Amino acid sequence: MNGSALFMMISSMSVITIITGYFMYKVVYTPPKPEPDSFEFNDDEKC
Amino acid sequence: MNKESWGSRLGLVFAMAGNAVGLGNFLRFPVQAVQNGGGSFIIPYLVCFLLMGLPLLFIEWGLGRYGGQFGNHSTPFIFNSVSKKFIWKYVGIFGIFCNLTIAAYYCYIESWTLAYIFKSVSGAFAGKSSEEVAAHFGAYVTLSDSYMAVFFWLICLALNVYILSRGLSGGIEKVAKIGVPLLIIFGLILAFQGVTLKAGMKNAIYDGTVGLNFLWTPQFNSLWEPKVWLAAAGQVFFTLSVGMGSIQCYASFIKKKDDIVLNSLSAGWMNEFVEVVVGASIIIPISIGYLGIDKVVELTKSGGLGLGFKTLPYLFQNWGAVLAPIAGMLWFGLLFFAGITSSLAMGFPCMSFLQDEFNFTRNKAAMTFGAACLLLGAPVVFLGIYDILDEYDYWAGTVSLFVFSLLETILFVWVFGIDNAWATINQGADFKLPKFVKYILMYITPTLLIFVFVKNIPEIIDKIMHREIYHKIATTTDPATLEMLNNKLLFTNLSRLLLVAVFIGIGILVFVANKKRQKLSAI
Repeated sequence: MNGSALFMMISSMSVITIITGYFMYKVVYTPPKPEPDSFEFNDDEKC
Repeated sequence: MNKESWGSRLGLVFAMAGNAVGLGNFLRFPVQAVQNGGGSFIIPYLVCFLLMGLPLLFIEWGLGRYGGQFGNHSTPFIFNSVSKKFIWKYVGIFGIFCNLTIAAYYCYIESWTLAYIFKSVSGAFAGKSSEEVAAHFGAYVTLSDSYMAVFFWLICLALNVYILSRGLSGGIEKVAKIGVPLLIIFGLILAFQGVTLKAGMKNAIYDGTVGLNFLWTPQFNSLWEPKVWLAAAGQVFFTLSVGMGSIQCYASFIKKKDDIVLNSLSAGWMNEFVEVVVGASIIIPISIGYLGIDKVVELTKSGGLGLGFKTLPYLFQNWGAVLAPIAGMLWFGLLFFAGITSSLAMGFPCMSFLQDEFNFTRNKAAMTFGAACLLLGAPVVFLGIYDILDEYDYWAGTVSLFVFSLLETILFVWVFGIDNAWATINQGADFKLPKFVKYILMYITPTLLIFVFVKNIPEIIDKIMHREIYHKIATTTDPATLEMLNNKLLFTNLSRLLLVAVFIGIGILVFVANKKRQKLSAI
């Protein structure tokens, strides 16, 4: 691969992967809101 | 009363990402990049994603969550919660019309992927020439050889109806939580195979990196061409599934204090990951590895669908008796998961409308949606040679989406007011948006939408006037071709009438539902 193609590919893919990973990390590790929230999985917990 | 709810936040994000990730991520994006400046295409693409794609996601998530607080889960009445002026609930018809009409032909395309999984695994392409594999696809979709396509279409419709009848958390969310990770894994395996392909290995002529080099070499002069920006805006628009009404419906089940900013950013960027990182590394590297650049450029002129269904199944045969069926299963499997997570998102707004306004049970609403798809999809399936699918796709899956997006942006940002819109979007947000996004929402996003729409007006006029068909009729002397073109003209007009009838029919249902609401509120 030529240098400019490699640069475009690696920079684009890295930026997108890092941002996606960051937001997914935030979704998974942000503590759930106290009840009632939109999600059923913690419905047994009372506020 | 609609009692659906999401099971978990991750499930919601996967379902939203699954809605956005479709066949276009793997078939359309690489072709658009090849045709519009290679590596430099990513620049207008990401600019349009940030200035038009993400803001539209915020608008649709915001509209949905706001309408959901009033118990509204379909766009006519979500819009009615934002503005009481009668026109807006009729603008909301687009949110049901687009979903229903797109689902009618999308389920058929989805069924091709399901059928091709079985064909790949059973070795149906083994020992066939490239022409035979390509001809097989043509015969399959036009029902020339058998009615197997109808069988798989019915299975696909039944599967969609069954999953929809299981509800939001019990059906859609479960499928998304399995389907989205699986399609990413399948895609990464194929991308690895494509990128590590070596000339001389598995009958390849070139390294897989030759394809990547071709795809990513930037032609910076293309950045000055308006058509490249138009293509980038179009790609961003279609890849995110905005302007359909499905995002608003999913978001309407989120409560007031839950976050929509982080959720929409996660779903949007996950779609970009699947498209740019995974989608771009499969079809072009593998095709160029076997066919060379010139041949692939020629093939991309007819779009990505041909490459995906006519070329790849043949190329996989070079990978040997064991790997070829596995590769075919992975490729069509990932397309199937990409397809079904999107078609489910199209079904749910139609169901929610029937459940909210006409007290349908979930099963009855799912079956009604399936029956409507069957009736609307029948012309696409049985009149395939007249390109009815393209006609549906152009009016319902292209023009309507732009019109709807522009109108919903005006409604949310200008009619509802930017301060209300901003407060709605940021309500309960774990991730606060910077203030400049407000100005992007107000000025840049609508301007970009108008720009894209205005640039497409000449093409829309050409389509309305059937200029392409009339040109072919004028230049054809063969009586059989002439008859075929005249039939195409007739069926194209009939399919347009059908689309108009569907739109009006949904309008009548909205009118009746509104009257019912008025009677109830009077009591």
